[in-house]
Amino acid sequence: MPALTVNGKSHSLDVPPDMPLLWALRDVIGLTGTKFGCGIAACGACMVHVDGQPTPSCVTPVAAVVGKKIVTIEAMDQDPVGRRVQTAWREADVVQCGYCQSGQIMAAAALLAAKPRPSDADIDAAMAGNICRCGTYGRIRTAIKRAAEST
Amino acid sequence: MNAVVRALGEQSTSRRRFLQGGGGLLLGFALPGFGAEQSRNEKPPEAAVGHATRAMTQESSGLEPNAFIRIDRASAVTLIIHKVEMGQGTFTSLPMLLAEELEVDLQQVKLEQAPADNERFGDPLLGGQVTGGSTSIRASWNPLRQAGATARTMLVSAAAQRWKVDPSTCTARNGVVTHQGSNRSLKYGELVDAAAKLPVPKDVALKQPKDFTLIGKAHHRLDSPDKIDGKAQFGIDVRLPNMSVAAIAISPVPGGKLQAVEDKKAMAVKGVRQVIKLDRALAVLGDHMWAAKQGLAALSPKWNEGPNATLTTASLVAGLRAASEKQGAVARNDGNTEKAIGAAPRKIEAIYEMPYLAHATMEPMNCTVDLRNGLCELWVGTQVPALAQGTAAKLTGLPLDKVRVHNHYLGGGFGRRLETDFIALAVEIAKQARGPVKVVYSREDDIQHDMYRPYYLDRMSAGLDDKYLPVGWFHRIVGSSIMARFAPAAVQNGIDADAVEGAKDQPYAIPNVRVEYVRHESPVPTAFWRGVGATHNIWVVESFIDELAAAAKQDPLAYRQGLLKDQPRMRTVLDLAANKAGWSKPLRAIEGRRVGRGISVQFAFGSYMSQVAEISVGADGEVQVHRVVCAVDCGQIVNPDTVIAQIESGVVFGLGAALWNEVTFDKGRVQQNNFTDYRVMRINEAPAIEVYMVKSNDAPGGIGEPGTSAIAPALTNAIFAATGQRLRKLPVTATSLKA
Ligand code: FES
Ligand code: FES
Repeated sequence: MPALTVNGKSHSLDVPPDMPLLWALRDVIGLTGTKFGCGIAACGACMVHVDGQPTPSCVTPVAAVVGKKIVTIEAMDQDPVGRRVQTAWREADVVQCGYCQSGQIMAAAALLAAKPRPSDADIDAAMAGNICRCGTYGRIRTAIKRAAEST
Repeated sequence: MNAVVRALGEQSTSRRRFLQGGGGLLLGFALPGFGAEQSRNEKPPEAAVGHATRAMTQESSGLEPNAFIRIDRASAVTLIIHKVEMGQGTFTSLPMLLAEELEVDLQQVKLEQAPADNERFGDPLLGGQVTGGSTSIRASWNPLRQAGATARTMLVSAAAQRWKVDPSTCTARNGVVTHQGSNRSLKYGELVDAAAKLPVPKDVALKQPKDFTLIGKAHHRLDSPDKIDGKAQFGIDVRLPNMSVAAIAISPVPGGKLQAVEDKKAMAVKGVRQVIKLDRALAVLGDHMWAAKQGLAALSPKWNEGPNATLTTASLVAGLRAASEKQGAVARNDGNTEKAIGAAPRKIEAIYEMPYLAHATMEPMNCTVDLRNGLCELWVGTQVPALAQGTAAKLTGLPLDKVRVHNHYLGGGFGRRLETDFIALAVEIAKQARGPVKVVYSREDDIQHDMYRPYYLDRMSAGLDDKYLPVGWFHRIVGSSIMARFAPAAVQNGIDADAVEGAKDQPYAIPNVRVEYVRHESPVPTAFWRGVGATHNIWVVESFIDELAAAAKQDPLAYRQGLLKDQPRMRTVLDLAANKAGWSKPLRAIEGRRVGRGISVQFAFGSYMSQVAEISVGADGEVQVHRVVCAVDCGQIVNPDTVIAQIESGVVFGLGAALWNEVTFDKGRVQQNNFTDYRVMRINEAPAIEVYMVKSNDAPGGIGEPGTSAIAPALTNAIFAATGQRLRKLPVTATSLKA
């Protein structure tokens, strides 16, 4: 019965240890902001932060994150970098259908936390794992740069 | 504060509650249905506005209201409308149309999604509750503004009566009516009860474009706040008490049946609640998705694959090729094309092929159903709520008013959510489920059990005179008819209006033109895909005209310009795109790569568009798209930033598909699985996209799809410019471009 720390709150869950964190978040804890897109770490829709590292939750078993700090999109507004990213997202009107955007924002916030002034190549490298079927890539790039400048 | 955009089924107000809720002014009006929206040269639809309650019962009003505005005593404005938000920005642009004429702040308008309600909203099946075909703005442009102007006129009249002054001496602004002479003013909320007693004026004057304060100016999306903090509710996010989550397996071969399955192994998995067997599928229901998936993995279902087990892409294409030998239904016949081509000094022939495509919306197909006590409730994201309702009613045997559809934000539509196959599957599962059930497709299910953009095979031929100008143009389209299934009325004399869109109306000045359509069906289910008919035909027409230019040894831009002398709006976008792209200047060379530039021009969805793509091809044949320049004339623009965003989106969507995507079959099975082998464009592959808008006061054109239909020919024409290879088959990866 692993206890998970999500967004600063501890949850003790009666789930199998090999259960991917994604389903524990969505179906058990009820945090549905983290999305399912592919299940094989190929799209980034399920991105969360585990001890600050961007992590695809669909292939991360809960056993691997026991005792670690898990942060999801629902807590991004409590993170100074996350907040800046969200503001930049709003100002650049990035979202379309919105389904991929939780993952995009998590990836972007992790990038900016590691590299406050990312180059285009840094953005490519950090964001290439996140698919957007609505093709909002140009605006994602703009918003990341804007968030970087707003420090 | 932003306007509250309420897409949530939970919060949708039923019309009854809406109508009965205390006081205020309520107006019902009609937005025309899909059929009317389809014909794009038609005059934009007019609104039929009336008091909701009255119009609802008036037989003679012709158009039943399917949209409502309510202004309550606190001056809050609610727009209830059946269009859905799937990324295209309707939840921002539609309130803009209303607010412009109603003279209220955009932030004051709350949007609610109309519940699917055939009985009350009066739109059986395709009548009204469809969002698709790049029609939302086109169909709403006049009705929504008229509805706003009607309500405003009534509020002004009510104020004038109260003050005993002439209405023409009163003005409305920001939700307040003011009498200029005496400087008295009243808020809308203070006037609604009096206004509701007034007759509905027939002819209200609409603002001149020069007086617009909202329309034509960029506004931030109203749905952003919800979509950046994880709060937005998509269908997949629904959670109900005691709900189980279902993982599914559908017959891998179309038309196959479930033969046998050992449920015991699944039931042994902790958290599995139920195994449900259907004719063509099975479902494992669990406490959560992981239990359901584990349960499913423990089963090895046996399928009776049926006659389609031998299907291969080659056999499917052979069928199309054979059908292409036959004459088709004639969609256009100017002059005598056969004779003209026969007599021409030069003849050019080609066959073009486009593959089956999956939609791969970011949110996989899903639907949640609670079926009990004679009531069926659906939680889903759908482009067709009324069709969803009808589908569930038919499967459960319940009357329509016992089926409730709670519609949600759509995690991408692209035509996929015009279909209800996944809703039907969920309802069938719910019929056997103990308690509410959420059915979620895996990505593999989503790709392998999609309904696909048809495979098209087109025969082209043209005759050129001694100046290499075309004297005859022949185009025979062969493929599945989506309309025949979806909207049979749109098929007349064997012509599927969608299948020939962009071909029948090809714009070039050619004296003899013949366009034919051969309907050819196969067991592969087909459906609309972003850009629909135009995405197929524009690629073929714009590639073939490029071939003619190459045969004439002429610049592809100049060749097009010469044949578009009588098409001023077409020429404007063509020239603008070429100019902004720097067409006359050579491209910068890239070491070790072949560079090229290609152009396309189109009229589709009521909008004119031209694109220039700049690409390079490596020695290994990999294509990189560096820059796309797009010029568009989509008539009057409501929210310019949405137009730009939709074009960016359409270009990226179309590029990924043209470069890499095809759904192929072997042994009756789809061979693609996930984003690993159904490759979609990523940020590091996306080009810089520039959009230039032509100022226009013409009626608005659609913008959700043109970006997609225009890009494929610009891309393949650029590849021709770079490599000398003419691509007549998509995706690009089907042809080796190795140096
Ligand atoms: S769902 Fe985890 S990466 Fe796609
Ligand atoms: S906004 Fe729709 S998938 Fe990214």
